[in-house]
Amino acid sequence: MSEKVLIKGNEAVAEAAIASGCRHFFGYPITPQSELAAYLARRMPKVGGVYLQAESEVAAINMVYGASAAGVRCMTSSSSPGISLKSEGLSYLAGCDLPAVVVNVQRGGPGLGGIQPSQADYFQATRGGGHGDYHIIVLAPGGVQEMFSYTCKAFDLADQYRMTVMVLTDGILGQMMEATSMTVNSEQATANSEKPWAVGGVRTGRARNIVNSLYLKPSELEETNLARYEKYKLVEDAEQAHDSYLLDDAEIVVAAYGASARIAKNAVDEARNRGVKAGLLRPVTLWPFPKKAFLEASKHARAFVSVEMSMGQMIEDIELAIRCSRPVSLCSRVGGMVPDPAKILQAIISASQEATA
Amino acid sequence: METRILIAGFGGQGILFLGKYLAAIGMALDRQVSWLPSYGPEMRGGTAQCGVILADTAIGSPLVEEPDILAAMNNPSFAAFEGAVKPGGSLYYDPAFVPEDARTRSDIAYLPVPAAQASEDESLKGLANMIMAGALLKSLPEVTADVIEAAMKKTVPERKKEMFDANMRAVALGYAF
Repeated sequence: MSEKVLIKGNEAVAEAAIASGCRHFFGYPITPQSELAAYLARRMPKVGGVYLQAESEVAAINMVYGASAAGVRCMTSSSSPGISLKSEGLSYLAGCDLPAVVVNVQRGGPGLGGIQPSQADYFQATRGGGHGDYHIIVLAPGGVQEMFSYTCKAFDLADQYRMTVMVLTDGILGQMMEATSMTVNSEQATANSEKPWAVGGVRTGRARNIVNSLYLKPSELEETNLARYEKYKLVEDAEQAHDSYLLDDAEIVVAAYGASARIAKNAVDEARNRGVKAGLLRPVTLWPFPKKAFLEASKHARAFVSVEMSMGQMIEDIELAIRCSRPVSLCSRVGGMVPDPAKILQAIISASQEATA
Repeated sequence: METRILIAGFGGQGILFLGKYLAAIGMALDRQVSWLPSYGPEMRGGTAQCGVILADTAIGSPLVEEPDILAAMNNPSFAAFEGAVKPGGSLYYDPAFVPEDARTRSDIAYLPVPAAQASEDESLKGLANMIMAGALLKSLPEVTADVIEAAMKKTVPERKKEMFDANMRAVALGYAF
């Protein structure tokens, strides 16, 4: 194993793109994501890749649309307001079944909001972002090491399912540094799978490919939607992922992802010290949501606590996953404020007392 | 065991770099580390702060709300974070910026480090941060001369020989206080 380096989350994502064979990046600066683009501006030319700062987020996502249609691994990144601008492109990518990796280093909203960390784009990400019936796969790293490894995974999943995969993170994980191992197996680096559907010149005499999302015959359009949802079923079945901490016997299950999960872990430890059987269930895929893990946990849980830097978004998926069979309470800070372990501990204790009463 | 360190001061004092060096010390000691900067408008001047955690097991929250060690490089930081230091913890500060009567607690150790003055006296301009780093290292267990040098090699590559030597000298100076 190679030596670990001290690196920012944003930069680990950028290096992961290089390691995954991505040679096309289209971006536009925005805090707290900018280190990612800055890093690739330095690195891409050295590995023979294209780094292009677009004139806007809308342009950047459409450059991804074009590059992906041509069959290359490509990525764009931004933070919350910029992702809203990219949402039209996300819908078009879905309508054309194109693979792409999109990174959202979330900041407080709505509107221009602020530049401090947030998780308020959960609904936007897990419901696809743009118009029409479609999903994107959403991965939520829990630390800088995972910023690297899940970005690598994002490229593989995108190619495998011909879908957009979003790495949904936040200002804390983007800005923090941790010791990180950035090795990949050689297979990963050359994992660009065959893309017989790609456009880019018919030199071999094959029939021409068309990448398009416009279907004026409703029956044809319906068919593409139905076929896409058959694919989504496969994804929901095969790709649910989560991590757990002290979960096996947990009576109070704390659910949190990303930076919130890091903070919640401290609160779970403290709750255990005080005799409350708390455990942490951390969704790693936000879509598909790890429903199976939540259903399983509901067998021994008396209550759930959703810890979010949003006004109660993931809590809805938890309630759906466990079919409202247990009480689910919300512990949140928003607008760039971050929940502290003491507040989460209080929420755990309240949930425990209410479940007993 | 977990050591939570908060470093705070003016933008431009090398607060984030000091933090990075401490994180490198943690890595050289084979401990888990996290480094979290403030990244707001203060990056362009004003106040800057940085939380560093060294731990034996996986680190949960990277936020340092109750530091075991606080390094206050100016008076506003001293005033803002003195109350947050964990009882029994250590507060390192530069007396050039913090008045004698600023101390309000009896349950923490106050450790004045005249880093700004020393950096001028010793021709280490701009390296008050690393003099402070040297002083802080005394609060961390198992820090040997080898560790100090190994961490510096990760933070300032040896090819920048001139800066490497000056930084090493600053750390040694702080360690000797």
